Amino acid sequence: MLRYIAKRSLMMIPVLLGISLIVFSIMELTPGDPVSLMLGEGASEQAVQELREQMGLNDNFFIKYVRYVKNAVTGDLGISYRNKVPVISEITSRFPTTLNLTFWGVVLSVVIGIPVGIISAVKQYTIIDSMSLLAALILTSMPAFWLGLMLILLFSLKWNLLPATGVSTWQHFIMPAITLAAASMATIIRMTRSTMLEVVRQDYIRTARAKGASEFRIVYKHALRNALLPVVTVVGLNFGYQLGGAIVTESVFAMPGIGTLMVAAVRTKDTPIVMASVLFVAFLAGVINLIVDVLYVYIDPRLKSEYVKNK
Amino acid sequence: MSTKTLVEIKDLHVVYNTDEKTVYAVNGLNLTINRGETLGLVGETGAGKTTTALSIMKLLPDRVGEIRQGKILLDNIDITRATPADMRLIRGESVSMIFQDPMTSLNPILTVSDQISEVLDLHRLDMSSEEKIKKVDEILKLVGLSADRKNEYPHQFSGGMKQRVVIAMALACEPKLILADEPTTALDVTIQAQILSMMKELKQRLNTAMIFITHDLGVVAQICDRVAIMYAGEIIEIGTTADIFDNPNHHPYTSGLFGSIPDMTKVAKRLNPIEGLMPDPTDLPNGCKFHPRCPKCMEICEAVNPGDNIDGTHTIKCHLFSQ
Amino acid sequence: MTEQKEKQRIVVKKKSQIASIWHRFKKNRLALFGVAVFVSMLLVAVFADFIVDYEKDALMQNMAQRFQRPSGEHWFGTDNFGRDLFARIIFGARISLFVGVITISLSLFVGSVIGASAGYYGGRVDNIMMRIMDVFLAIPQMIMAISIVAALGTGMMNILIALSIAQIPRFARIVRSSILTVKCQDFIEAARACGTSDTRIIAKHILPNAIGPIVVQATLSVASTILIIAALSFVGLGIQPPTPEWGSMMADAKSQMRYHEYLIIIPGIFIALTVMSLNVIGDGLRDALDPRLKN
Repeated sequence: MLRYIAKRSLMMIPVLLGISLIVFSIMELTPGDPVSLMLGEGASEQAVQELREQMGLNDNFFIKYVRYVKNAVTGDLGISYRNKVPVISEITSRFPTTLNLTFWGVVLSVVIGIPVGIISAVKQYTIIDSMSLLAALILTSMPAFWLGLMLILLFSLKWNLLPATGVSTWQHFIMPAITLAAASMATIIRMTRSTMLEVVRQDYIRTARAKGASEFRIVYKHALRNALLPVVTVVGLNFGYQLGGAIVTESVFAMPGIGTLMVAAVRTKDTPIVMASVLFVAFLAGVINLIVDVLYVYIDPRLKSEYVKNK
Repeated sequence: MSTKTLVEIKDLHVVYNTDEKTVYAVNGLNLTINRGETLGLVGETGAGKTTTALSIMKLLPDRVGEIRQGKILLDNIDITRATPADMRLIRGESVSMIFQDPMTSLNPILTVSDQISEVLDLHRLDMSSEEKIKKVDEILKLVGLSADRKNEYPHQFSGGMKQRVVIAMALACEPKLILADEPTTALDVTIQAQILSMMKELKQRLNTAMIFITHDLGVVAQICDRVAIMYAGEIIEIGTTADIFDNPNHHPYTSGLFGSIPDMTKVAKRLNPIEGLMPDPTDLPNGCKFHPRCPKCMEICEAVNPGDNIDGTHTIKCHLFSQ
Repeated sequence: MTEQKEKQRIVVKKKSQIASIWHRFKKNRLALFGVAVFVSMLLVAVFADFIVDYEKDALMQNMAQRFQRPSGEHWFGTDNFGRDLFARIIFGARISLFVGVITISLSLFVGSVIGASAGYYGGRVDNIMMRIMDVFLAIPQMIMAISIVAALGTGMMNILIALSIAQIPRFARIVRSSILTVKCQDFIEAARACGTSDTRIIAKHILPNAIGPIVVQATLSVASTILIIAALSFVGLGIQPPTPEWGSMMADAKSQMRYHEYLIIIPGIFIALTVMSLNVIGDGLRDALDPRLKN
């Protein structure tokens, strides 16, 4: 088992390197001179050249890239062009907010999505099924930030129940989490429903019925565990999408997370911050996928017996 | 119902209601099965054999399958009137079913032991856990599997062994009747022989009645006491194994079945199939349902469905044999 | 006797594949509704200039008329600059649909070329290309788009390029897998054995099978692209004001939400309707193409 984890972790490295190369290349394309930005309008040509040398901006692409990776691995992600603080400190100060938000978003989407999907499948062809599917359709079609704004309109402005911006208390996370969970919830509902429907048609379900098992037992003991396996993978894959959504959600609710950091950095052309944020998000998504893969092997006996030698 | 009779099916009509048409799967089936006897149910695909078995278990597909007419009596219990709760007590306990494809009949994420003891969990509420474990070991031995492997998963067993597990599940509560739906069709011929001889032994030991569904006449000869030939949802001929294999009188369809078996002793240039195809179950012919394909078809066959012509243990549903 | 035999003869009706797909699609009422909504949006987008005047209604500021609620004169009211919301929404439709469709067309084209070569030639070429695609896919779409915008700057063109690039891997994957599925099947062997040329095999056997999933994915991708554009414009990284994009319209109105909610609600409804219609069409196509997939 540990071997599988190790192998899988190793596989993540080339992907991360690939991502860093791609993003680094994109950043290199940014027109505009960061040095002029930093020194301001009236800087002399000499000062600009000096700073350039100092920052190593005159070296060729590959040297710059390798230097970046070397530094990144030791925790040095550069200095923000805008406010001169180390990028790493910006990231670490904002990371908890984003992580918290994304975590609760995923939890909410799973905790509501899976049961609704199951009920929808078990009660196929009834009005409950149609309603769930309609709800999933609406959730997946409406812009998440619009949902966020609507929630603010209702719960903050009209009814004064929840705070609209900031992150000081847990109440501050309620509406953002709902906003973030919405689209993924829809995917999970549909996915759970469809795998359940597929599983329920399998021969081994018929065997269970032939033994005299009750419908309840069939759903919970036989169908569910089989149906949830693919759903686990989807939740993992969806995580990346959730992170993307978090960026917008943070903006709607003015939360000081990586998302708002990234957006501001793009506006001010603060390349080191953009670069680091992207890498960070990609890294997080990669780690989550790794965890999901390992979890999957663990809960599917067919794979488990391959990787875990137990007696 | 005499004490000898276990199952009595009277005038059973089963249909499948699809969006566009109605499929007439079983059309006026009459059948009795005695305790401890093995009845072979023979016929081509689409004859209605599996539907009959599913009807006895009341496992027809949810919105689509319907028992339109008729009665099924199992040991004096009217299955057709039984509630779902009643049926849950009956399934696995009084009647069990063995399905055709062992590769997909077992739940891949539960151990073999779990799946066998589930039958006990459902029907033997007074048994303790230890007793159940003992029983599972016993049954595994009975079907020729090692008890050491009971905590393994289905994918770790071969096809033949999986089928043994399925049989073990069917036998766990020593039911009065077992419905075996082509249990050996999906297996290799050599494995087939093993499974058949095991089943023969078991049925003798436990005195279980069995309906053995197959399209293979060879298998029938080995294991069945009586044989019923089904065509287009009806039993067109029924008798003891001797009646079916040795008696010169047969329904033309039966003759066709036997005739289409390649003969190892004769030299022949071509096979002798039965001409034509089974009728469209949504649009059955009038009169005798075999008449469009029958080489001996008479005028009356096109209009009137033949009744039973009984000759001792041998019954043939054909106008050729009407007195 | 022979008449019976005639009756028994199986009548094989040769229905063309497209006809049966359309027949199945037609039965899906929700999908038809989606088509109706989408086509209406499309018509509005194309004929926008005939409905309202761009310069006068959508762009020109009219401070005296700001923040009017919906009324007879301004059907959807006016915004913070006194511009008629109805006009802006109509032109917003044109922008969303235009950018969405062009983006996906580009991705589709490039992705198909990549996927087709990878799938058809296999081996090393396939391996390398797919590894690269995998790396791209590991980056969430939104993030990918933001990085490209970070480099190129904001604005409609850049956002179009950014999103095209972000969506290429998905199409490459689909095209490749369609080709692989068909390539392995026996009837391709049979066709080769008859001496059919490679091009004919591709054109006659592989492409028709691949088109289905591609069209479905394209439809759904246009839907998600419209959402991403709106989101990016909302945070200021997409299409910039004063261009009337539905997302950026909402950003303008955010601070005024308390008393002028209609400025937020209305654009959102339009985004939702457009995306929903596309989603429903995509789902309908998917079900119609392979009814086995549908429960």
